[in-house]
Amino acid sequence: MDNRKGFHQSLDELQRDLLKMGVMVEEAIFLAVKSLANLDVSIAQDVIAGDDKINDMMVEIESSSLRLLALQQPMASDLRVIGTAMKIVTDLERIGDHAVDIAKTTKRLQGSKLLKPLVDTPRMAEMTKEMLRDALNSYVKKDLEIAQSLAVKDDEVDSLYKQIFLELQELMESSPANVQQATLLLMVCRNLERIADHATNIGEWVIYMISGERQELNH
Amino acid sequence: MKTSAVSMNEKIRVQGLDLYYGENQALYEIDLSVPEGSITAFIGPSGCGKSTLLRTLNRMNDLIPSVKITGSVLVDGENIYGAETDVVHLRKNVGMVFQRPNPFPMSIYDNIAYGPRIHGIRRKKDLDVIVERSLKQAALWDEAKDRLNKSALGLSGGQQQRLCIARLLAVEPKVLLMDEPTSALDPISTLKVEELTQELKEKYTIIIVTHNMQQAARISDTTAFFLNGVMVEHGETDKLFTNPSDKRTEDYITGRFG
Repeated sequence: MDNRKGFHQSLDELQRDLLKMGVMVEEAIFLAVKSLANLDVSIAQDVIAGDDKINDMMVEIESSSLRLLALQQPMASDLRVIGTAMKIVTDLERIGDHAVDIAKTTKRLQGSKLLKPLVDTPRMAEMTKEMLRDALNSYVKKDLEIAQSLAVKDDEVDSLYKQIFLELQELMESSPANVQQATLLLMVCRNLERIADHATNIGEWVIYMISGERQELNH
Repeated sequence: MKTSAVSMNEKIRVQGLDLYYGENQALYEIDLSVPEGSITAFIGPSGCGKSTLLRTLNRMNDLIPSVKITGSVLVDGENIYGAETDVVHLRKNVGMVFQRPNPFPMSIYDNIAYGPRIHGIRRKKDLDVIVERSLKQAALWDEAKDRLNKSALGLSGGQQQRLCIARLLAVEPKVLLMDEPTSALDPISTLKVEELTQELKEKYTIIIVTHNMQQAARISDTTAFFLNGVMVEHGETDKLFTNPSDKRTEDYITGRFG
């Protein structure tokens, strides 16, 4: 029998809100990269405008967490759930900011033509988005294995990042005219690589939430 | 508020302790080690045996005729259930503070001087020193120094509880047993007693029974969780309240128990 039903319902709500925010952020990554691949400024504009909602969500989750800490004095796994929520929102918010940065790149490329069709960058975006989804899934399902699998995926993202980096470098070496766009695309890949890192951070907190142990996922 | 430095000297060791009230077994094979200069909290639901165990540590259970105890309790390496134990001496060394403050119906001064007088100290000058020192240690001196000859019953509940602690300290114990010492006190008095425990633990070993888990978390170095006469888990307080090892501890401290 649960003697703290009301409190545990609030905890469930907190977790639902966090998941909702996660879905919003995932959508932002998807749209940002889509706007870039299609050089579609109106989509980019939606991503930039949508970031306010993500930030509001963060403030709301932080406030609920602090309120629960103050009013309920949670212990053990309850305490870890709340502490984890407060850490994860920060990572989600940063991911949202990276999506905005990518959308802004789309705006800066407005009117120009892509040097070549983007293939690897959307692939990298897909991988980071998947990592974020895994991180959120591991949170919802309290699944250690999914959380731990993020380490491998982060390595894959890192190696793809290196590959794209070299390609863009070659592109720049071949013609100075390419430098401006290649630099911007490089920054996009850097944004994606950082998103993957934030996903591993989330995974690390999920591992703590489940087991109470700290484990490094980003080597 | 809490210092993590815990000396490694063992003050109390409970070994294979079983306790029966008549036919009913109340404690099962308790093994517990308490280091010197630390605060240990006993938590658990009503009837779990935590107060019973506390009372075995200075043989307060001797007063209940039907109690039978097997196993041993060592204080400074000596079994207090041995035949040669002087119980009066034991209770001077291992003092107890109770749930409700119980000052004697006499002056503040005489409350403190009571114990030392029994133990043979008669000179006014010596008693003055002990009274002042004890009241200072119990953080009551400033409030009591101008009314030492007034009745202790005129003090507030929180002051009375600190007076009872001062009364214990006057006979220079080694171990303080506290049985829900703040359950009858208001929040500010509670914090004063809690703060006091932090100062006292440098010189004394403290074991506290509390129904208030947040209190255990705030003041103790280690916490032991009891359920149905069994010590389920005993460990570092910060570990036990953030990541307990046993599911039953988890369920109890998160309110999912019972």
